[in-house]
Amino acid sequence: MLIIRSLKSFYGRLCALKGISLHIRKGEIVGLIGANGAGKTTLLNSIMGLLSSKKGEILFFEENITKYSPRQIIKLGISLVPEGRQLFAPLTVMDNLILGAYHRYQKDGKAKIRADLEVIFGRFPILRERKKQPAGTLSGGEQRMLAIGRALMAKPRLLLMDEPSTGLAPVIGREVFHIISELREQGTTILLVEQNAKAALKIVDRAYVMETGRIVAQGNPNDLINNQEVKRAYLGKEYKKIWE
Amino acid sequence: MSLGSQILQYLFTGITVGSIYGMVALGFNIIYNSTGIINLAQGEFVMLGGMIMISLTTTFKLPLPLGFLISVLLVTMIGAAFERLAIHPLKNPSVITLIIITVAGSILFKGGAMFLWGKGTFTLPAFSGEKPIFILGATILPQTLWILGIMGIVVLLLTLFFSFTQAGKAMKACAVNREAANLMGINVKVMVLFSFALSAAIGAVAGIIIAPISLMDYNRGTMLAVKGFCAAVLGGLGSNLGAITAGFIIGIMESLGAGFISSGYKDAIALVVLLVVLFVKPSGILGNKERSQLKKF
Repeated sequence: MLIIRSLKSFYGRLCALKGISLHIRKGEIVGLIGANGAGKTTLLNSIMGLLSSKKGEILFFEENITKYSPRQIIKLGISLVPEGRQLFAPLTVMDNLILGAYHRYQKDGKAKIRADLEVIFGRFPILRERKKQPAGTLSGGEQRMLAIGRALMAKPRLLLMDEPSTGLAPVIGREVFHIISELREQGTTILLVEQNAKAALKIVDRAYVMETGRIVAQGNPNDLINNQEVKRAYLGKEYKKIWE
Repeated sequence: MSLGSQILQYLFTGITVGSIYGMVALGFNIIYNSTGIINLAQGEFVMLGGMIMISLTTTFKLPLPLGFLISVLLVTMIGAAFERLAIHPLKNPSVITLIIITVAGSILFKGGAMFLWGKGTFTLPAFSGEKPIFILGATILPQTLWILGIMGIVVLLLTLFFSFTQAGKAMKACAVNREAANLMGINVKVMVLFSFALSAAIGAVAGIIIAPISLMDYNRGTMLAVKGFCAAVLGGLGSNLGAITAGFIIGIMESLGAGFISSGYKDAIALVVLLVVLFVKPSGILGNKERSQLKKF
């Protein structure tokens, strides 16, 4: 459903993505792993249209969305759970969720959005308990759930997740991964960006490994976990061993 | 006049001016709520509203309701044009740059008004007679009732708008986190335009309804903006209920101060209040501490 062909993105004159090609099929969880500064977030921002200076092609269901604004892209059905949550902190949990459905408010009407709210509250009961609280007063884990819930309110066909487990206690991180697998079972296609390669590789169907703006390896998780390139790209301690 | 009725009289006066400060503060809040900036040209919208209304009804002899509508509409358009020409073209501006632009806008509007109307002071006849109403030895002007009534309607509409409509929530979302608002598919730039138009409209309404009481000249907006700003801060920036309450508090303190101490200190009182609030409780009297920590400033 998503095909990216030799995508290059720029911050000013700095070339952050140096020709990325990848594809995502319907119903898959695709992992995108790589160390800090590899360009993972840049890639997501490019897909969402937040970064406008880019070359190459991004096709979503055969539609060329390379030059689309974030608004148009959300309407087509791509949603991002941003790194660091990016909630509307002073607004209530409820308002955050409702704003997630902003783009389809006119099309779908109130009743449908209410129904979807119930679905989200069913999945994250803690959000129902706290629906009147300002989002900024939730704990880190709860905020992450809210960010995911808000993105789901947009009814995405493709969900992009930027480091959903980073900065959370390990137990909660595991819970987030559990939710991601559940979402897949319900038919959401997911592009999962993670630094925590080991955890990510456990739940993805396929993965790409990025390093300094390029894809250096790809394949199914079992192959990647033993791949020398991957170890070199990430696991600092083995870096030396392989080198020597 | 007994002391009791004297105090009552000061209270009435205070409530009248206070409600105006409250409305100016509302204008500050709307733009603050959707962009995170303080629009220092807010007072000029008030002045323009009053001046245009005076010209339309006295020079062009338009009936009051029609003049009211046209003035509000014109000022709304001026507010929108200001946003389009001065705020919109900037790419990734910082909050402080934007605030300074609004200062420039304010000077420009003031200059334009001086050019158009000269330095003279103008007056508008009261909406329904000038005959004061006597209550317990104090007097209240019918215009005061108009001011309070219209302010009540404006506040009610605004509260409904921001708490129950999708557009209102989207405006708040833009203020809090532009990038995330963008990710939700909210058109941030349209929301900013809309907030300038809306606060210009509210400023204009305020200017029109006070014109019969306070007189109008090209320079009237500045002090109103200062007082309105004090009210906005005292009430907790962004809180509409706070803005109105604080407007009344400042208005009443001012009129009591002018009555019992000296009218020379009238303007100083609001500023002293502002300083005290900023030192003691920067989140304002009705500002929630927890919430204010989540705000930009």
